[in-house]
Amino acid sequence: MTTVYFTKDHEYISVDGDIGTIGITDHAQQALGDVVFVELPKTGTKVARGKEAAVVESVKAASDVYAAASGEVVAVNDALEGAPGTINEDAEGRGWFFKVKIADKAELAGLMDAAAYEAFLKTLD
Amino acid sequence: MPDSNVLQTTPLNALHLRLGARMVPFAGYDMPVHYRDGILKEHLHTRAAAGLFDVSHMGQALLSGRHALARLEALVPGDLQRLKPGQMRYTQLLNANAGILDDLMVTRLSAADEPEDRLFLVVNAANKAADFAHITAQLPELDLLVMRDRALLALQGPAAAEVIAGLCAASASMPFMTMRREMLDGVPVYISRCGYTGEDGFEISLVPGAATAFAEALLANPKVAAIGLGARDSLRLEAGLCLHGHDITAQTTPLEANLGWSISRRRMEGGGFPGDAILQAQHAQGPQRLRVGIRPEGRAPVREGAIIADGAGREIGSVTSGGFSPTLNAPIAMGYVTRAHAATGSRLQLALRGQMVPAEVVALPFVPTRYFRSPS
Repeated sequence: MTTVYFTKDHEYISVDGDIGTIGITDHAQQALGDVVFVELPKTGTKVARGKEAAVVESVKAASDVYAAASGEVVAVNDALEGAPGTINEDAEGRGWFFKVKIADKAELAGLMDAAAYEAFLKTLD
Repeated sequence: MPDSNVLQTTPLNALHLRLGARMVPFAGYDMPVHYRDGILKEHLHTRAAAGLFDVSHMGQALLSGRHALARLEALVPGDLQRLKPGQMRYTQLLNANAGILDDLMVTRLSAADEPEDRLFLVVNAANKAADFAHITAQLPELDLLVMRDRALLALQGPAAAEVIAGLCAASASMPFMTMRREMLDGVPVYISRCGYTGEDGFEISLVPGAATAFAEALLANPKVAAIGLGARDSLRLEAGLCLHGHDITAQTTPLEANLGWSISRRRMEGGGFPGDAILQAQHAQGPQRLRVGIRPEGRAPVREGAIIADGAGREIGSVTSGGFSPTLNAPIAMGYVTRAHAATGSRLQLALRGQMVPAEVVALPFVPTRYFRSPS
């Protein structure tokens, strides 16, 4: 059973058991434009909720990607380094950034579900 | 000055919105940064076929009067007196320290036998109010007519000449850096063969009321796509061209900026422009720092403001433009380094997010230019 949560910084975390898959939302990739570079954390590093964990650069600008939950990085999507455009093609699928072993699932309570994120996006225009 | 909170619009504003542009404020104007295809595709389309750019935010003016060519030479180091009718020149407005107030294009409109010179000027959008005030104050004997609402379109790319030829056959054989007055699609225009992408191309100056229909006539050709400011910036960076306020400023001289090619021997030796003694000394001794092309290793773009260090880690300058080259599929940058490190092949390090990225000085342009050469 997978549940997806969203942050106000336009990251998603797709949670299955105690593993969370983190990436940027489709809205975020559209706003960034063509992604040309990603810098991913190393497997085994600890990331903290709300702190920089990765970098995504488009032709326009560089943006930090924040960890949606604290924990240890257990996998990274190395394929993105050679094909960063995957993030534009499928941000919330094949364009995932990294997976964490979530240290404290109570942190997820502060995030938005899909409906709340949709409503949040409407407030931005 | 216009109210700084209210964005001005160009005559093509409604067309941009119709074409699905993402609009951003730029130099006080509401401008398209890209259209539906995005910067990367727009960039590559311009290199492969033809791109249409709205550059109506730039400043256009007519400067006229007796000896206007010679008199304007008092403000710029470019050789204007040798301009032939219809010829244009790239030069710079300088301050007393030979710092670049702005860069501009000067075209001679007047024929050889006219009693007064007539010049057409195109300056940067962000500086146009200051530039025109400066010219008026420094050259009160000349008449400066600012063409406030006039439209300016750029058609750039290997297919540009073929597209223009469909509207006006004579334009396709125009030499590079010349201008003509033509009827295009029934509209009187100033058309010049120049641009800011490194490609062959044209800039077309016309009255605002005719601009949208003219742009639509160009866009009706399947080889032409509308291109936003995002790709305009990545195209000019690949071509090694300077952006004022970034690669050239009031604190950099034309020789430091590696624009010595735009100053003739007559002007360099004879002087007679602001900061001439400073420029002559730099010419004799070599400038202490130089604008160079830089290729960072890896894929991470290194942006404006990044510190440049030498191989030993000593700070020697900073990046003034940096981004990702769609043509090379790699990061590229320009910046200033001390003269000892300016030679092609010099090893540099660039500060990026707390780390030092190895980089190398490379020759400019990054991508070979394809300006039109007349058959001789």
